[in-house]
Amino acid sequence: MSGVDTIGFRRACRAEWTKLRTEAGHGWLLLGLVLVTVGVGAAVSASVPCPASGCGQDQVRLSLAGVSVSQALAAVTALLLVGGEYGTGLIRTTLVALPRRGTVLAAKATVLSGTVLAVGSVAVLASILAGHLLLPGAGYTPAHGYTQLSLADGPTLRAAAGSVLYLVLVGLLTLGVAVAVRDAAVAAGVVLALLYLFPLLSHVVTEPHLQRLLARLGPMPAGLAIQATTNLSHLPIGPWAGLGVLALWAATALFLGGTILRLRNA
Amino acid sequence: MRALHAEWTKFRTVRGWVLGSVGAMLASVLFLLVGTASSNQHPQGVTALPVGPGGEAVNDSFYFVHRALTGDGSITVLVTALTGVLADPAGGPGGNTSGVTPWSKAGILVKESLDQGSPYAAMMVTGAHGVRMQNDFTHDRAGLAGSPSAAEPRWLRLVRTGRTVIGLDSIDGVRWTEVGAARLPEPATTVQVGLFVAAPAAVQASGGGSSSPATATGDFRRVTLSGAWGQAAGGWQGGQVGGDAGTSGSYAPGTIGGWTATTGEGFTVTGAGDIAPVVGGPALGPAFTVETFLVGTFVGLIVLTVVAVQFVTTEYRRGLLGQTLAATPHRSRTLAAKATVVATVAFAVGAAAATVSIPLGELRAHATHFAVLTVPTAVQARAALGTGLLLAATAVLSLALGVVLRRSATAITAVVAATVFPHLLAFGGMLPSGPAEWVLRLTPAAGFAVQQTLPRHDQVLSVYAPSSGYFPLSPWGGLAVLGTWSALALAAAAMLLRRRDA
Repeated sequence: MSGVDTIGFRRACRAEWTKLRTEAGHGWLLLGLVLVTVGVGAAVSASVPCPASGCGQDQVRLSLAGVSVSQALAAVTALLLVGGEYGTGLIRTTLVALPRRGTVLAAKATVLSGTVLAVGSVAVLASILAGHLLLPGAGYTPAHGYTQLSLADGPTLRAAAGSVLYLVLVGLLTLGVAVAVRDAAVAAGVVLALLYLFPLLSHVVTEPHLQRLLARLGPMPAGLAIQATTNLSHLPIGPWAGLGVLALWAATALFLGGTILRLRNA
Repeated sequence: MRALHAEWTKFRTVRGWVLGSVGAMLASVLFLLVGTASSNQHPQGVTALPVGPGGEAVNDSFYFVHRALTGDGSITVLVTALTGVLADPAGGPGGNTSGVTPWSKAGILVKESLDQGSPYAAMMVTGAHGVRMQNDFTHDRAGLAGSPSAAEPRWLRLVRTGRTVIGLDSIDGVRWTEVGAARLPEPATTVQVGLFVAAPAAVQASGGGSSSPATATGDFRRVTLSGAWGQAAGGWQGGQVGGDAGTSGSYAPGTIGGWTATTGEGFTVTGAGDIAPVVGGPALGPAFTVETFLVGTFVGLIVLTVVAVQFVTTEYRRGLLGQTLAATPHRSRTLAAKATVVATVAFAVGAAAATVSIPLGELRAHATHFAVLTVPTAVQARAALGTGLLLAATAVLSLALGVVLRRSATAITAVVAATVFPHLLAFGGMLPSGPAEWVLRLTPAAGFAVQQTLPRHDQVLSVYAPSSGYFPLSPWGGLAVLGTWSALALAAAAMLLRRRDA
C-alpha cells in the first residue's frame, strides 16, 4: 500500500461525503430506502398468512422482503454519486483536484459503503422489528412452529446483517458499472438488467439444471440467499456463498470501472 | 407538426438512441433464445398437444363406445349414475377413494372422426355441474341441474340433421327441452356417434396447486338409435381416444378404460381424460406458451426506458431544452411531440420483436420436442400488437418521469422498478395469490396482462391465479391500468414543464 497516500484518501473521502451530503436528492433517496424496506417488509409480513403448522414459509425472509425493492434505491444512490458528475462535467474538476483516479474511486466506494451501511442497518432493524410485531398476527405463532422473530436467533441475525451487506454490495456493483459506462442512464439500465433478468429468466427456463445455475449466478437471487433461514439444504446456493457471488460481481464491476477510469479520458 | 418533425430529427440523428432501439429488438429476441435454449435435452419428447377447430390447444382424451352414422339420425340414452375413483393426492399406493371430479363427464357424442381435435357436439351429465351441452371444446351450455341417480336419472338426446346437431335433455323421456344446437363444420356424411366417459384430474388449489388422477364410470340404459346407422361395422366398438396423458388427467392407479353391455340395451363405460381446451395450472405439465416466447420484452423494456428517459434528460443536461422551448413556446406541444416519437419507436420495436419471437420460439420448441400451448392466430396477434403497445406506454411513462424527476438514473430506476419488479414479486411465488393479484391490478406491471395467452374457461377447473401464470385483469384491462399510469405521469410532466423553468 505504499502508493496510497492516506491523507489524500481522507481528503477525497471528505470531498465525496460533502458532495453526497449537499446533493439535493440524496436525503430523500436514503429516507425512501428506509421507508420502502420497512413498508414492503411490513406489508408482506402482514399479508402472507400461516394458517396452520407447517405452512412452509420463511418468516425471516418475509420480514426482509422489502430489501428486494429498496435495492433499487441503493443503486440510485450510487448512480447519482457518479452519474451526476459525468452529466455536469464535474468529474473533470474532481479528477484535476485529485489526479489519482484510483483514490477517487476508492473514496467514492468508501463513502457510499458507509452511508448505505448506516441507512441499510436502520432499514433492516426496523423491518425485523415490524416482523417481530406483525408476524404473530399473521399466524407465525409457537402453535404453528414459529418462535417470535428476534435477532438473538443466529440465522435471523445472519439474515439481517447479510441484508445490510447485500444493499452495500448492490451499491458497489452499481458504482463500478456507472464508472465503467460513464453514463448514469446506461448504467441504470445495465444494473437493473443484471439484477432483474436472472430471476425473470429462471421463470421461463424449464430445465432444472439451468434454473439452479441461474439462481447461483444471478447477483440478486444468489445474494438474497443470505435471507434464507429454513430449508437451507434445498437452496441452489448457501447463504454466505450466495452473498459471495454478489461480492464477486461487485468486485468485478469495481475493477472494470477502476481500470476504465485510469485508462480513458473523463 | 413542426415540433413532431423536429423531435423525430433529434431522435434519429443521435446514434446511441437508434442503436439502442435496434439493440432493444435484437436483445429481446436473443433473450428468448437463451430462455428456450435450456430445454434441449427434454427427456420424454412430449408430443404436440392436439389443436381444436378454433386453433387452440385442446385435451381430447376419453373412452368412447361408438359406431358410424352415415346420414341423419339420433341417439337417445338414459344415464342412471356417474361414479368414480380418485387417486390419493399424496401419491400413496392403493390410496384410491371413491368420488367424481366436478367436471367428470358421461354422455353421448357426435364427432367428425376419431382424430384428436376434430369437431364434435356432446350432451353429458357432469360431476357437479348438471347436464351440459358442449361442442368444439370452447362452447358450453347448461341443461338440467343436479346429478343423475337411479331415482332421478337423466335422459339425453342428440339429433343430427345435415350439418346441424341439436342437444336435448329430459327428466322423464317424454317432455324434451332443447339445450343447444351446434354446427359441424364439415358436411361429412359419416360421423362417429356413441357413449363417452371422461374424468379430468382432481385439482388441489392449496400450496400453489397440484393435480391427481381420476377415473369415472357412467351407467347408461335404454340406448335408442334412429336414422342411417352403418351396419357394416357390426355394432358398437369401444376404445380410448387419444393417449392416457393429455394435460387433463390420467387413469387412477389400478383402473383402466373399458365398457360392458348390460341388460336392456344398457352399457357401463369407464374412462379418464377430458374433452376441453387446455388451460394453465397444476395439470399442465412442462409446456411453452406464447408468454414464454415474449420473455425478451423485459430486456426491450429496460433498453427502451433508458432511451426514452435520455430523450428528454439529455436536453436538460445540455441546456438544449431552453432552445427547444424557445423555438416551440407551447411546452405541452413539445412534450406531446416527444411522447409521440418515443411511443411510435417503442411500438415498432415491441411489435416487431414479438412478431419475430413468437414463430421463432415455436420453431425452437418443435426442434426440441417440447409441447407448445397453441392459441388461435387472433390471440397471437393480440399478444404481439399488445407487446408494442405495452412498450409504447412504458416509453411514455419513462419520458414523463424523465421530465418530472429530471434525473435519468432516478427516472429509469423508478420505471423499471415499477413495471418489472411487481411482475417478479407477483409471479415469483413469494406472495400468496390474494396480494399478488392486487399487485397486478394496481401497479404498472398490470400492462403485461396484454401478453397473456393462457386461456381461462369456466368449464375447466384449474387454479386461475398468478401461481399458474394468470393475471387478474383482462388483457386490455391490464393495459389500460398501465396506460392510466402513463397518462397521469404525462399530465404531471406537462404541468411541471409549464410551471418550472427549464
